[in-house]
Amino acid sequence: MSYQFDFLALLPYWREFALGVWLTLELSAIATVLGFVFGTLCAIGRSGGSPAVKWAIAAYVEVIRNTPLLVQIFLVYFGIATLGVHLSANFAAVAALVVNVTAYTCEIVRAGIESIHKAQLEAAECLGLSRAQTYWHVILRPAVERVYPALTSQYVLLMLASSITSQISAEELTAVANRIQSDTFRSFETYIVVGVLYILLSMVVRIGFGLFGLLVFVRRRKLGTSL
Amino acid sequence: MSAVVRLSDVHKRFGAVTVLNGVSFEVGRGEVAAVIGQSGSGKSTALRCIDALERIEQGTIEVCGHAVHDPKLDRRALRCDVGIVFQSYNLFPHLTAEQNIMLAPTCVKSLSKADARTLARDVLARVGLAEKADHYPEQLSGGQQQRVAIARSLAMQPKLMLFDEVTSALDPQLTGEVLKVMEDLARGGMTMILVTHEMSFARKVASKIIYMHKGTVWETGPGAIIDAPQTLELRKFVGGEM
Ligand SMILES: Nc1ncnc2c1ncn2[C@@H]1O[C@H](COP(=O)(O)OP(=O)(O)OP(=O)(O)O)[C@@H](O)[C@H]1O
Ligand SMILES: [Mg+2]
Repeated sequence: MSYQFDFLALLPYWREFALGVWLTLELSAIATVLGFVFGTLCAIGRSGGSPAVKWAIAAYVEVIRNTPLLVQIFLVYFGIATLGVHLSANFAAVAALVVNVTAYTCEIVRAGIESIHKAQLEAAECLGLSRAQTYWHVILRPAVERVYPALTSQYVLLMLASSITSQISAEELTAVANRIQSDTFRSFETYIVVGVLYILLSMVVRIGFGLFGLLVFVRRRKLGTSL
Repeated sequence: MSAVVRLSDVHKRFGAVTVLNGVSFEVGRGEVAAVIGQSGSGKSTALRCIDALERIEQGTIEVCGHAVHDPKLDRRALRCDVGIVFQSYNLFPHLTAEQNIMLAPTCVKSLSKADARTLARDVLARVGLAEKADHYPEQLSGGQQQRVAIARSLAMQPKLMLFDEVTSALDPQLTGEVLKVMEDLARGGMTMILVTHEMSFARKVASKIIYMHKGTVWETGPGAIIDAPQTLELRKFVGGEM
């Protein structure tokens, strides 16, 4: 081992690393919020929709879960381009990530919905709650609380997987790293720095989810027990 | 006197099994009817039909002026007039006792949060749990959970309360506190139908006993019929119970 590490060579690039980190966070945050909303809607459709709706959502979920993310990204990016609409790389990246994470969210939230006992729905019905009110107050809140750890892992994974969008040159952290290493010829150092940054990002995302969970799940915060 | 509940010739099948085979009875305003009978005789099913949780194949059910057998029934309106409590309390686990109670008045009757909270405190006091408003279901005993479930129904100010073996999951000590709440309700003039295995309670509180056997009302009358049954089946049933 005679390799001479030279991290100082990367110092002039700190701004670009920072911008990369910021864009990674931004892409993942948008994809997380949209993915959660659409995924939850899909889960509702899949557990309580008409047969056609159920079938369509199931098909979508299976397609997404059985194709590589990179292929999905290319399909969104080039597919939409052939329709004559030009998307920025960042926009296409977010769109592809949303399409992807919506399917996984759908499955996770559906598991939560199915864990709610039928007697709970009957209790809500007997109190006169409408279907929408029952979904909102009696089904979704406890369902999401139950699967919150799984959702957290999924969204951490999403943040890490966003590195693949560097392939369509969305300017997130990995794309930045690719450029810096070709400028400096310091590949090993560059990817060590990037690896450490991703670990820090993961910690930030996990802590963020933890705090948000404490804010939203009041019973859990007070009693410390799971539902 | 107009009946609050009137069943006539009600038939209910599950697949090939006929569970209710021509059930007819009436319950008048302020009356407390106790439905008794062997396991599987159709007591719960009859109660569920009254609250439109099951669709019947034949016959008519009228409850507080609602034609429950009518496919065009306004279920929401029916549920505003009828409260039902089950053996498994079915409280919402992520909500406090107070929030459990506030949910329906705010959602269904559009009460303000403040009014709903006042109402919740009020019904909790009626079931003797004023100090438990901020407790979650898992922090309450079975008897307390069942009383919260009763309070939750009462908050909708129903004209009729249905109880399906509400004390069956409780040990004798906790059973007592729930029965006391129901007795207070009966004394307050609430119209009630209760399915129960507590014979002494039925005799004490009920103004009418409905003995169901094989999906029909086999024998009915005042509480005294428990002491002097007319039919062999009821005699056997009461004998076996005590
Ligand atoms: N959803 C259902 N599907 C099929 N069969 C059912 C259903 N609900 C009830 N039954 C059947 O109907 C019959 C009467 O049931 P029901 O629950 O009304 O009896 P019950 O008198 O309340 O008995 P218990 O005292 O045990 O509660 C039983 O044989 C039961 O198996
Ligand atoms: Mg029963």
